[in-house]
Formats: sequence, structure tokens, C-alpha cells
Amino acid sequence: MDFATVRGTGYVLAHTPDMILEYGSTAVNERISNPDGDSDYLKNGEKYIRSYEDAVNYPANQVYIGNKHYSELKEIEMPWYKNPVEGDRFAPGGEIMPQLEFYGLLEISDSFELVHLEESFGKKAQEALSEHDLFKDDAAEMKQFVSIDYIKDHIENYEAAPLYHEDELVGCINRAHDSDPNLTSHVMAENLVAKASGILAMNNMLKGTDIDPTEIDYVIECSEEACGDINQRGGGNFAKAIAEVSKLTKSTGSDLRGFCAAPVHALIVAASMVKAGTHKNVAVVAGGSTAKLGMNGKSHISKDVPILEDCVAGFAFVVSENDGVSPVIRTDLTGAIKVGDGSSPQATMKALTDPILEGAGLNMTEIDGFATELQNPDITEPGGAGNVPEANLKMLGALGVMAGDLQRDELNDFVAAGIPGWAPTQGHIPSGVPYLAFAKQDLVDGDMDRVLMIGKGSLFLGRLTNLFDGVSVLIERNSGEVSSGSSVSVDDELKSIIKDEVASALRGLAGNL
Amino acid sequence: MENQRRVKEAADEHGAENIVVIIGGAEPDAAGLNAETVITGDPTYAGPLTGAALNLDVLHAVEPEFKEFVDGGVYDEQIGMMEMVLDVDGIVEEMNRVRESANA
Repeated sequence: MDFATVRGTGYVLAHTPDMILEYGSTAVNERISNPDGDSDYLKNGEKYIRSYEDAVNYPANQVYIGNKHYSELKEIEMPWYKNPVEGDRFAPGGEIMPQLEFYGLLEISDSFELVHLEESFGKKAQEALSEHDLFKDDAAEMKQFVSIDYIKDHIENYEAAPLYHEDELVGCINRAHDSDPNLTSHVMAENLVAKASGILAMNNMLKGTDIDPTEIDYVIECSEEACGDINQRGGGNFAKAIAEVSKLTKSTGSDLRGFCAAPVHALIVAASMVKAGTHKNVAVVAGGSTAKLGMNGKSHISKDVPILEDCVAGFAFVVSENDGVSPVIRTDLTGAIKVGDGSSPQATMKALTDPILEGAGLNMTEIDGFATELQNPDITEPGGAGNVPEANLKMLGALGVMAGDLQRDELNDFVAAGIPGWAPTQGHIPSGVPYLAFAKQDLVDGDMDRVLMIGKGSLFLGRLTNLFDGVSVLIERNSGEVSSGSSVSVDDELKSIIKDEVASALRGLAGNL
Repeated sequence: MENQRRVKEAADEHGAENIVVIIGGAEPDAAGLNAETVITGDPTYAGPLTGAALNLDVLHAVEPEFKEFVDGGVYDEQIGMMEMVLDVDGIVEEMNRVRESANA
């Protein structure tokens, strides 16, 4: 039976240090709760912000864009920010874009003349992007350059959101309506950043795949943002907006939401669409979140740790028909936390693993890797949330012990051998799918055969249900067998019977002529 | 905050002496903080139990005193995995410390 395969991936970061104290939710809350300006975070945060070079040389970021294999992180002593590596801006399917260019990309992403850059800064951004393989054509079209007076006037009198670069005012994002709460300048900034970082991820993915952009016929966007006006907050459609700028002219798309679990939901949906024959090549994409910049910033600076949440992240991957080589998405082996499963850690973890293990006839130790919530522990440990992927591995190992798949004294080795975390804490970004950057290395060129991917989401944050959510799917080495083009498989015996019957009918017909 | 409100409501309705709080905090420190809150009041001065010393009986779900009251099969099914994952000794030690310092 043919399953869909993962055919290309893109993982990107945009280093946006000047957005942390302007758009990050921690900074926004500090401004609300300290109207007199007496916030230690806002006063001292600046001193803890990293340079672009530090962000590039940060080991976890080099893993995120795919330049280093995740296993290399285990050799680097934590905290990783104290042990930089020699990083590169670009990877075969990814990059870390500096803020200057990212602001230019915001202008390119803007279809409603909302993003305005100060003329000399805008031209610098344009010049830099005209050197960028993926954006040189778009850079030539940039035009929303204005005077600094225009920017100041729109911030002071029309509630425009400021854009700073190296502490200097260099641009603004205008509100898209004068009274609509869903089209304020702050909301538009969030949504344009999600769109721009989605485009950055999509174009990086396209660079590294052999699939023609015009052959992508559907896009699923799975971030955590909502776009729409006063009548339809969250109406969408980020997917098609990103597809337009990335020139996927033959595609349409839609947005899929599910908090941090959404990317794994999207992977399963995309693979199912391809398997069903509804679409041939489905791209899944998500941009990043300004709100989560510096989300743990207060905890970080209180422990003298730099503000490590200084990058907007994005990813994209394309799921296509079986090519006989690429890793296979076993849509017949999935797990889900169902409504009746409740929310206890044990029940939910079993719901995510039992159907797959039982369906495949495997035990816990026969899975080569578990790609769970892949949050970077360098960020979460000083933030007070512990090591999330390690906690997941402990739970999986404990289930294995209870099932008799491994001995209790083997638990520590099981955890130590597992897939660690490296993804920035941008909500949906760490959810299982950062692993796909390494699926080819591990499951095609390497010696691994199967990885179980898990995404989990905290639905209670939306205050509509107390339920917890999660889905899982098995990603497997390709056996190399590809069935014929027909979706209806006819076995050889049946073919021979049909041939005989047709021949006999033809002979009869001929005899009567 | 919501949990503090519920604990306060239950204690008001049924009497503090009739309530036992079972907590499930994953870290010893967090578990200790929860225990302290329902014994001597919210030490962070943020929730409804600020200044309210309810002196409730409190146990963590991995403490042996609680475990002996639960059917073994049910315990394994609901808590067995987390019992293996959590720092049980650390949690028990912290719970004892909090209870003893409250009684001192």
C-alpha cells in the first residue's frame, strides 16, 4: 500500500531583537501592569539581548535550521549559550535572517500598504534582499519608503506600531481600520510577522526540493495566529496569503488550528489528502509568533541568562506521493487523545502510543526515536518548565517498563538515547515536526527505521474546554516499493481471469461475424 | 487561583476538618508550595487563600499514605507511569518538611 512521503523541508529563524521589548507578550503585560514605567524587565531587558552573531553561533539554532544533527547537541555542555559553535547563516533548507532583511521581508509580505520603512533604512533592506537568492525579484518591487516624519506622525496620531532597529525608529506598521479591534496595528504586526516568516520558511523549503512550486496544489498553515476583521476573527487564510507571495500559483489552501499540536495534525491531514488522491503535493507551513519573543524573559534575566527567545521561527515541509525513497508517513498508524480519554498524563500518553505500537506489532524499544515536544531545554529550564522532551521520554520509558518492554534500570539509558530538544519556544514550532529536518538523514541515509512523532496542545488556554489534546503518527524508512499509478490495485490473478474472459468473448464475437 | 477558590469553597461548605487535599505537582518545590497554601495560606499573597490558614490535611498522590488507600490496579492505571517518572523521594521529603514546619 502506498503512503505519502516527506519530500522537502525548510526551517528558518528571523533574529528580531528589537521586537522583544516591543511586541513580546511579557513586555506588553509589563507595560500594562506598570503604567508608571517602573518595570525591571523593561528597564534592564536591553542588557540581556543577544547579537545576531550570538544567535547564529548558538548550537540549538544551528540544529533548528538543519546545519547540525540533533545528536551533536548531546556532546555540548549546557547551558548551550555559554558554549557557542561556529555557525552559518544558511543551511541547505534553512537560514537565520537578520532583522534588517526581515523588516524588508515584512514590506514584501504586505498587500495593503501597511508596512512603511524609513527611506534610507528601507533602501538598505532592499539592497540586502537583492543579494538574497530567494528574494531578489521581490526586493526590486519594494516601494513603501517614507520620511521619518511620516512614521512619527502615524505613531503619534494614528496608532501605528513602531519598528525599531538597533534602538532607532526605522519604520511603522499602520492599523488596517480605524475602529476594528481585530485590525489594529499590533494585530497586523503579529499577522504580518507570521506571514513573512511563513514565506521565508516556504521559500527555503522550495529551494531544497525537486518538486516544482507550480506542482504544489494545496497549502495547510498551522500557526497559532488569527486573521480576520470584526466579523470573523480567525477567518483566515494565512495559507493562501503565503502561497501567493511564494508564487505557488496552482495551489489553494486553508488554516488548521490546534495550539501546539497543530503541526502534527497538519502532517497527518496533508498525508491523508495525498494518500486519498485529493491533492498530489501538499505543503504544510507555519510562521512564528511575536508574542512569544521573550516569553520567559523575566525568568531569564532574573537568573542572569540572556533573553534566548529572540528569534521568530518558521517551518515548511511538502508531502507528496510515494517516490520509493523518501520517509513514509504511516497514516494507518496514528494515535490521538480522544475526548473520552481525559487529561491524565498516563491516559494521554497511552492514547498517543498504544494504537501505533499495537497496530504495527511493535514494542516501545523497537521505535528508533520519539520526536515529542522538542522545546529547547536551555530556554525552558531557567524558565521553570524543566526539560520537556526529557520528561516525555521518561513517561514513554515508564510505559515501556509497565508493558514489560524494558527493565526499570534501563529507563535512564532509554531517556539518554532519546531525541533531545532544540526548537525555539514559539508555541506550535517545537511540536514534533522540527524532527523532519533530519528524517532524510536518519531514515534514508542513516540506520534508523522508524520514528514516532507526537504533538500535544493545551486547549484550556482558549478557555473553551479543559481538555488536553495530542496526535501522533509513525514516520518510517521507505521500503522502495511503489505500486502502479492506478489507485485501484488489481492483483495478477484477477488480471489473468479478466484477460481470459475478454479473449473468450472476443473469440465468440469474431466467430459470429 | 481557580483551584484556591475551589478549595476555599469546599472547606467553607464541608468544614476544614472534613477535607483532605490530594495534590499532583510534578516538582518537589511546586508540590510544597501547593501544600503550604492549603495549610497556612497562599505564601505568594496572590490568590483567595492569602491569609487563610485552613490547616487542611494534604497528601501528594505519590505518598505511600495515600497509595495504601487506593486499589492497586487503579493506582497503576492512573499514576503508575508518573510514579516512575517523578522524583518521589524529593516530593515526599518536601511534603514532610512543609507539614512539620506548619505544625511547629
